[in-house]
Amino acid sequence: MTILVVAEHDNRSVKPATLNAVAAAVEISQAGAGDIHILVVGQDCRAAADAAAKIAGAAKVLIADDSAYGHGLAENVAPLLVALAPNYSHLLAPATTQGKNLMPRVAALLDVMQISDISGVVSQDTFVRPIYAGNALATVRSKDAIKVITVRGTAFPPGEAEGGAAAIEAVSGPGAAGLSEFVKAELSKSERPELTSARVIISGGRGMQSGDNFHLLEAVADKLGAAVGASRAAVDAGFVPNDYQVGQTGKIVAPELYIAVGISGAIQHLAGMKDSKVIVAINKDEEAPIFQIADYGLVGDLFKILPELDAELAKRQQ
Amino acid sequence: MKALVAVKRVVDYNVKVRVRADHTGVETANVKMSMNPFDEIAIEEALRLREAGTVEEVIAVSAGVQQCQETIRTALAMGADRGVLVLTDVELQPLAVAKLLKAVIDKEGPEIVIIGKQAIDDDCNQTGQMLAALLGWPQATFASKVSIGQGDAEVTREVDGGLETIKLKLPMVVTTDLRLNEPRYASLPNIMKAKKKPIVTMTPDELGVDVTPRLVTLKVEEPVKRQGGVKVGSVEELVTKLKTEARVI
Repeated sequence: MTILVVAEHDNRSVKPATLNAVAAAVEISQAGAGDIHILVVGQDCRAAADAAAKIAGAAKVLIADDSAYGHGLAENVAPLLVALAPNYSHLLAPATTQGKNLMPRVAALLDVMQISDISGVVSQDTFVRPIYAGNALATVRSKDAIKVITVRGTAFPPGEAEGGAAAIEAVSGPGAAGLSEFVKAELSKSERPELTSARVIISGGRGMQSGDNFHLLEAVADKLGAAVGASRAAVDAGFVPNDYQVGQTGKIVAPELYIAVGISGAIQHLAGMKDSKVIVAINKDEEAPIFQIADYGLVGDLFKILPELDAELAKRQQ
Repeated sequence: MKALVAVKRVVDYNVKVRVRADHTGVETANVKMSMNPFDEIAIEEALRLREAGTVEEVIAVSAGVQQCQETIRTALAMGADRGVLVLTDVELQPLAVAKLLKAVIDKEGPEIVIIGKQAIDDDCNQTGQMLAALLGWPQATFASKVSIGQGDAEVTREVDGGLETIKLKLPMVVTTDLRLNEPRYASLPNIMKAKKKPIVTMTPDELGVDVTPRLVTLKVEEPVKRQGGVKVGSVEELVTKLKTEARVI
């Protein structure tokens, strides 16, 4: 049977999380399932479908282009997936806020249990997923005919965005459900990379003391081409918006380099970043738990260290 | 209107969980249990809606073993009016919980249902969305602001790129994110008062719901532990090591 991956996109281009989900689909396919199709559902989303057709491993791209799908409202999109589902053995989406919002609604309409946030593929029906903030890994087998799955991006290295030449086929669904409508979006504007796909991340915690002080992190971030993140404590304290949050209840990241500044290392924060390749911790408390998992620890006052780090990086870039 | 809030009994967020030696799950014997933190936010939001005069009654529902009654008592001590316990020893997965909640909702007729976005034990993040699907209601997941109007509501949601506001017809399901509110603590007099508030118990059979798990847990293991590294003495040493040893900058 065939696997359908729901693409994450902005109608113009495909978001990197899609490539991680396709990588998981490739593993399921190699475990015996069939072809991989990608669904691009949106409004004026032809450019995104063209981009999806180039993704290596995709046999076909389905495009559902309708004003009802413009903002990805789950009430409108879920019935489309339910209509497509009989042709598929697996429905996958990245475990982004979009995927997490949509897929359980689809699963319930199909009367199947979703398998959330998988980090490994054992076979066509058996998957590994983190539980308890990643402090345990459960291997679960689904007894349902259709597997509805969200994919933890950091667990599946992204597939190739180029090289494929899939055919694009138009599909349509019931359209607007009339239950909900989009009002507005206030998206954080940043020239920096997105947290979930950044190669380097520098995050601040309660030790930053205020939102204003985050400019110290931003200066270093700009030297490194890094994204800026935060711990839940910093979000709770109102220093930065929630979309900065790295952790069990925020974003899960695994960059090449993660720099934790003024972050003690609560379990729920570690859950979001402990798979990073290299971890640096900067904290004035040498007993802070973050040092137990950091590759490089620097004990000291972050208000002194961050400007020094900024200057050192500037010096070496000359 | 009535508000219904679902609350889950989970291992307290401060407990460091341990995987059982036989790999069947995590150790829950003699471990502190509490209300799922996102569900505390859900109760708080319902109470605020009642205090604003939008909602007349707040009903707290939990499903699971007998001890879930303690979680309902916590909700009642915070200020919920009454409780419903769906009693079962079967391991409940989100789809089954959503079906149980739907059955309770069909009896109670609330116009707003508020649920934590995610339980901190199984980290599924499914029940609210599934419940909305089964009811045919709109869903406002990951809410950071809820404004109820006449027959509809505007909800601001925490999404990956920032914030998104949607308008939904009532009745609706809301799932809570962190910044929606800061839950109150139950005062001692309210804890005493909560003991007299009614809790009705029912079973999945009485509600006509099959709660058989659809996912079989084959094993639960500890993840590979990350080893701590070295402390460096200066910023210069740190940058040098990142350049020449780790080669990440």
